[in-house]
Amino acid sequence: MAMKRRAGTILALLTTSALLATGCSGGEEESSNDGELFTKPVTLTWWHNASQDGPGKAYWEKVAKDFSALHPTVTIEIEAIETNQLQRTRLPAALLTSDPPDIFQAWGGGEIREQVEAGYLKDITDQVQAEVASIGKAAEIWAVNGRQYGLPYRMGIEGIWYNKDLFAKAGITSPPTTFDELNEAVAKLKAINVIPIALGAGDKWPAAHWWYNFALRACSVDTLRKASTEAVFDDPCFVKAGQDLKAFIDTQPFQPNFIATPGQNDPTSANGLLANGKAAMELMGDWNRGTLDTVAEDKEALSKFIGWFPVPAITGSAGDPKAALGGGDGFACAKNAPPECVEFLKYIVSPEVQKGYAETGTGLPVVKEAASGVADPALKAILEATADATYIQLWLDTAFGSTVGNAMNDAIVSIFAGNGKPEDVVEAMKAAARK
Amino acid sequence: MTATDSIRYPAGGAEAPPAGSRPARGRRASRRAENRRKWYEIIGLTTPAIAIYVMFVLVPMGFAVYYSLFRWRGVGPPTDFVGFDNYVVAFQDPIFLDALRNNAIIVVGSLVIQGPIALAVALLLNRPFRGRTVFRLLVFVPYVLAEVTVGIMWKLLLTDGGTVDALLRAVGLGSLVRAWLADLDIVIWTLLAVLTWKYVGFAIILLLAGLANVPQELNEAAAIDGASWWQIQRHITLPLLGPTIRIWMFLSMIGSLQVFDVIWVTSVASVRSLGASATMATYMVDNGFFARLWGYGNAVAVILFVISFVAALLFQRFLLRRDIEGAITRRVN
Repeated sequence: MAMKRRAGTILALLTTSALLATGCSGGEEESSNDGELFTKPVTLTWWHNASQDGPGKAYWEKVAKDFSALHPTVTIEIEAIETNQLQRTRLPAALLTSDPPDIFQAWGGGEIREQVEAGYLKDITDQVQAEVASIGKAAEIWAVNGRQYGLPYRMGIEGIWYNKDLFAKAGITSPPTTFDELNEAVAKLKAINVIPIALGAGDKWPAAHWWYNFALRACSVDTLRKASTEAVFDDPCFVKAGQDLKAFIDTQPFQPNFIATPGQNDPTSANGLLANGKAAMELMGDWNRGTLDTVAEDKEALSKFIGWFPVPAITGSAGDPKAALGGGDGFACAKNAPPECVEFLKYIVSPEVQKGYAETGTGLPVVKEAASGVADPALKAILEATADATYIQLWLDTAFGSTVGNAMNDAIVSIFAGNGKPEDVVEAMKAAARK
Repeated sequence: MTATDSIRYPAGGAEAPPAGSRPARGRRASRRAENRRKWYEIIGLTTPAIAIYVMFVLVPMGFAVYYSLFRWRGVGPPTDFVGFDNYVVAFQDPIFLDALRNNAIIVVGSLVIQGPIALAVALLLNRPFRGRTVFRLLVFVPYVLAEVTVGIMWKLLLTDGGTVDALLRAVGLGSLVRAWLADLDIVIWTLLAVLTWKYVGFAIILLLAGLANVPQELNEAAAIDGASWWQIQRHITLPLLGPTIRIWMFLSMIGSLQVFDVIWVTSVASVRSLGASATMATYMVDNGFFARLWGYGNAVAVILFVISFVAALLFQRFLLRRDIEGAITRRVN
């Protein structure tokens, strides 16, 4: 009896130590992979934000599977996490640990600069020169001090999505190219009793983007560059942007109670108003084609009436009328990720994968060879306007980083609510930069 | 045991003690062994709980206090020590003061509105009538629903031209229609109404449980003495319900101070950031995660903790003293 029990104990001990031994060797294998590519088995963990079931999520699963088929030594483990969760909590917390995901969503701008300064990201400059050349100037958003730390897979500029039928009904013959024409269009649309412009100020950023565009029109490109890299907001053009915005709000172009209207994703949102023919215009990025679809009662009708035009110019302003606001999504590799990570990143922006991405209709591709995958006329218009733009300014909140960006958006929302002054935005940005 | 004893009979000594002293020593030894066993049991049984409590409650609280002393954006380890600056900034921020005011409105509003409603409904549901179980279930349903579900539901009901507006217009009260979630002066009262709807069921269930403990004999005796229903409630039921009411007030107050999810879901980011619907907890998340001010967010968390803790202590000291006597304080004989 006693013998038997002891034998059992020894057996248990043996199995445990065997498990421990294999566990250890497994860990070593993964970390010692610095030499040849695709010789030893590696597992890449991939965190992206296509968390909702749909073409975007399915496409990334396919991409991971295809890459593993191409390189059988690589296993890719995907975790799809909702954007806010991913960007605000999961990713920052994971990056503080010694075991972050290998490849993850990167939004560029101020955030990537902070991550590089903290030593989180892999410098991929030498490996991705060909890809950067094919992407063009948009890749700069994922570079810090001339070194590349990530690559975009989606990039587009924002503009005004509009309802062609309502425009025709109101007697607007061509899309406005200046703000004066936009104001006229607003008046005509009011006359036929539709909401001229839908605004999702509830989410803050859709409202803030109006201010960004006024700033883009009021400020010179140099001023905007300096603001992004050095957090200098002294130029009076930033106050001018607020004054122009205030004047525009005073013409009452938005739906009533816009301050609490959500931006997208539900039928009561600004997206819902445009998609269902209740509003005639909405200022939004290139992803809007897909998000409008999710809230439309009649997708067929939507695809017929939806159109797109660039944000109008302001006559006699300092800014470049051909400059546009834009942004995108990209991926970056963690500093200690295996070298296969960079290969996977390059694969994601390769023309055939990009073309497949464009065909999902969830966003615009970044490499020119993939343009043929874009079928929707509105998206084609954006692609042309993006190629036409003389300068693309990254969304200001992303460019300035979360802290200044958030304070700026709050102050802009305050102008929309009627109790903020144009000067407050600059004050809030300066105060946040010190926080 | 005297000194000489211990010299003559050292513990574990080879020399056997005289027969006479054996029983006494044996009893003492067994009592000591029993005592030791008792301590082993206490240590063995409480260690897991204490370890978990220390690891997941005390240590994180210590970290929160530590982080709150830094200017830290959550990138790299905190290095920029700023002392109590974050606390000063919080109390100078008008939005945080708005959040404090909103929390105060919710604490007082919940007590003043939910208390009487819950009491009335509980007394009503305590009388036998047909379908009582169904009614008891119905009043409890909102409390069982997940906070996020409640938030989304009310957000849709209260939207411009939504169900609430339509209902008001249908019964001829169209003039009462407001921008429930967009009007910065109204939104906090709308949220208070939603919170009341959500949590009044909890108060009712608590009070019903308390009512079940009121001995029927007392009511009968009072009735025989000629007391009316109202007199019985006023002089027998209510005083006996005291401990339950006080515990509910305590739970309601702490819950109101820390309220987050219903507010977060029902009220949009813009209205929160303007201060109209922010509470301390939503302010903490908005600033800690969304503005990426992790050090500052931790400072707000510590402020929220201290306020809740002090409120809890004061409440226990002055109102709950009789109810919890002996449980956490030394019994006064």
